[in-house]
Amino acid sequence: MTFEGLQRRARDEWQALSESAVPLIQVGTATCGRSAGASAVVDALREALQREATPALIMEVGCIGLCFAEPLVTIRKPGRPAVCYGHVNPERATQLVSEYLLRDNPLADWALGTVGEGRIEGIPELFETPVLRPQVRRILRNCGFIDPTNILHYVARGGYTGLVRALGMARGQIIDEIRRAGLRGRGGAGFPTWRKWQFCLEAPGEPKYVVCNADEGDPGAFMNRSLLESDPHSVLEGLLIDGYTVGAREGYIYCRAEYPLALERLHNALAQMREQGLVGENILGSGFSFDIHIKEGAGAFVCGEETALLASIEGRRGMPRPRPPFPATSGLWGKPTVINNVETLASVSLILQKGAEWFAEYGSEKSKGTKTFALVGKVKRAGLIEVPLGITLRDIVYGIGGGILGDKRFKAVQTGGPSGGCLPEALLDSPVDYESLTTAGSIMGSGGMVVMDEDTCMVDVARYFLDFTQKESCGECVPCRLGTKQMMDILTDITEGKGREGDVELLQEVALAVKKGSLCGLGQTAPNPVLTTIRYFRDEYEAHEQGRCPSKVCKALIRYRIVADKCKGCQICLRACPVGAISGERRQVHTIDVGKCIRCGVCLEVCPARFGAVECVTGQ
Amino acid sequence: MHDRIDAILSSYGRDRANLIPILQSVQAELGYLSEEAMLRIADYLGVPESQVYGVASFYAQFRFTPTGRNRIMVCRGTACHVRGAPRILDEIQQVLNIREGETTSDMEYTLETVACIGCCALSPCMMINREVYAKLTPTKVREVFSKGGQEQ
Repeated sequence: MTFEGLQRRARDEWQALSESAVPLIQVGTATCGRSAGASAVVDALREALQREATPALIMEVGCIGLCFAEPLVTIRKPGRPAVCYGHVNPERATQLVSEYLLRDNPLADWALGTVGEGRIEGIPELFETPVLRPQVRRILRNCGFIDPTNILHYVARGGYTGLVRALGMARGQIIDEIRRAGLRGRGGAGFPTWRKWQFCLEAPGEPKYVVCNADEGDPGAFMNRSLLESDPHSVLEGLLIDGYTVGAREGYIYCRAEYPLALERLHNALAQMREQGLVGENILGSGFSFDIHIKEGAGAFVCGEETALLASIEGRRGMPRPRPPFPATSGLWGKPTVINNVETLASVSLILQKGAEWFAEYGSEKSKGTKTFALVGKVKRAGLIEVPLGITLRDIVYGIGGGILGDKRFKAVQTGGPSGGCLPEALLDSPVDYESLTTAGSIMGSGGMVVMDEDTCMVDVARYFLDFTQKESCGECVPCRLGTKQMMDILTDITEGKGREGDVELLQEVALAVKKGSLCGLGQTAPNPVLTTIRYFRDEYEAHEQGRCPSKVCKALIRYRIVADKCKGCQICLRACPVGAISGERRQVHTIDVGKCIRCGVCLEVCPARFGAVECVTGQ
Repeated sequence: MHDRIDAILSSYGRDRANLIPILQSVQAELGYLSEEAMLRIADYLGVPESQVYGVASFYAQFRFTPTGRNRIMVCRGTACHVRGAPRILDEIQQVLNIREGETTSDMEYTLETVACIGCCALSPCMMINREVYAKLTPTKVREVFSKGGQEQ
């Protein structure tokens, strides 16, 4: 079939869906939706529809990104805008069928907003609500709105027109288009994408390879997972364009094994591309032949580093090697190779579909376009967001995120995962772009954004990241292998109240050595969380040296106790204590045996809020 | 066991690049990588045994001892950490009386931690087999295991 034929079929199917005479029910069943219980919601909907004998179409879609309100269900009745409902459980799902489908009561209280033309009284437009208004949905345009297992949906929304356009262009023209768009690597480092492609195109040696880095290892980040689960073709189209441009015949997607659903969606998408002649020999009759292999990672964070990733594809231990030579000249099996991040490739598809100028409409001078972030941690509206680069951290945390959970005090926002840093309140008005974040001591990173409040201990956070990088260090070079271990030991001492004077200076000294001496990005950036917390939260380090953990997190420095005049002697904490550290008769004041107490905090958790008799204290 | 390993091997070419996919398939079949399995893989690919073990021991995914019937993976991602993951892990260790990396003596559970499940908005969370348990508290953990950990 020709591409025009495929487009016609896709448009027909999409139109039939949008003009469907029966209601369309979309349920977000990406990993986040499933973990919130979306599968049970689908079952409940099917049961209710069957019981009521009312016709409706259930479609499983990906993730809109409103993770705080999962599971999400969107219902579109003929001639009406779609209504998106949040926090849907099986009981609510059943009621949605009986109330909205059968009786036409849209249950406005549960609705987050409407999508599409028309209004429904009492329900705002979804994209005008505070969480979505500041966002610009480009990379995520299809997420949560199309069936990710159906290639026709992607094509109907303009998919693969970027590839078709690229196939009619000279390679230099494509690289120029990417250059004018100002696209920089979305994996974190921000290297101009067009340069990488140019180097590879010009490098001698055949065959050439292109690789999609989907080894999203930063803890606290799930942008790539969500995109692959919700709109896999947008990434695959970018990989094809990449391959065509640099003259490769083979491409690899290296995806973490921890993302089983993303892998499933990729395999499914690839099979559909094969059916439609979008991958394989002589793609769309253009003479361009290209094949894609999916490689499953095996649980090594360092494999996100490009040379380690290549070693892993080759079946070796995922250890980085010195660069140069860069992969663009000597990569997979020693051949010229381009490695691009998932979101970079999805951006490439868009640039070719819509043009460089369209892409560069948003962003700041040196950071063009939009960027997705996983906004998580102590924020009210956690989720997957997409914003124009240059937006301030405040607009993200307070605007989109709605502020801090429980209206507590903001302390820091962490960007860039274990390679990034913690930025304090004073920097909330900084723009989010590659340069500003680097100046502040952090990095853009792949898009993890973890919000921390007054209850987060910054020394503990620094130790947490060091624990991570130290365990993930591949051990090849000394500064990283031993330096991170030393830093970890010093931080552990500090969090256990065994810190000594001069520890902070020693940490800074070792950090510098690790930064300068390490072979790859893992080691070079591992000290960032430590250095930024020292830079912005030094008072917390000093408090620990004096035996206090101001946020009451570090176990060695805290104690739980029962406030005598608040305790009602209800025995709830006594029964809940896992180690039998609490004693006291019924209706008598209870006490905690500090020697037995393991500081798990269960007593504080279970003490009824109206009593509030358990408190956590630190210091002498 | 020979037949099961050989059946897997014969579906792959004798190419070094297939080493990790083969290890993954064998582990999926046997639940872990036995010494015998690794020796057969080395022989099949013509790769030194030391290198097969070197690769297998490098990646966190591979195990060298049989695991329990249910695999618990506690997320130690950043979002989970700041929202109390260490307490969740402590609680599970307490309830099951095993440490991270260990298996209960009745072979019911193996307890592991993973870098990040990617469900950060629903933190803290853990996975038991392929099921994700979200927004955990120590109390919820106890409820999960008192029900046998198979439904939420």
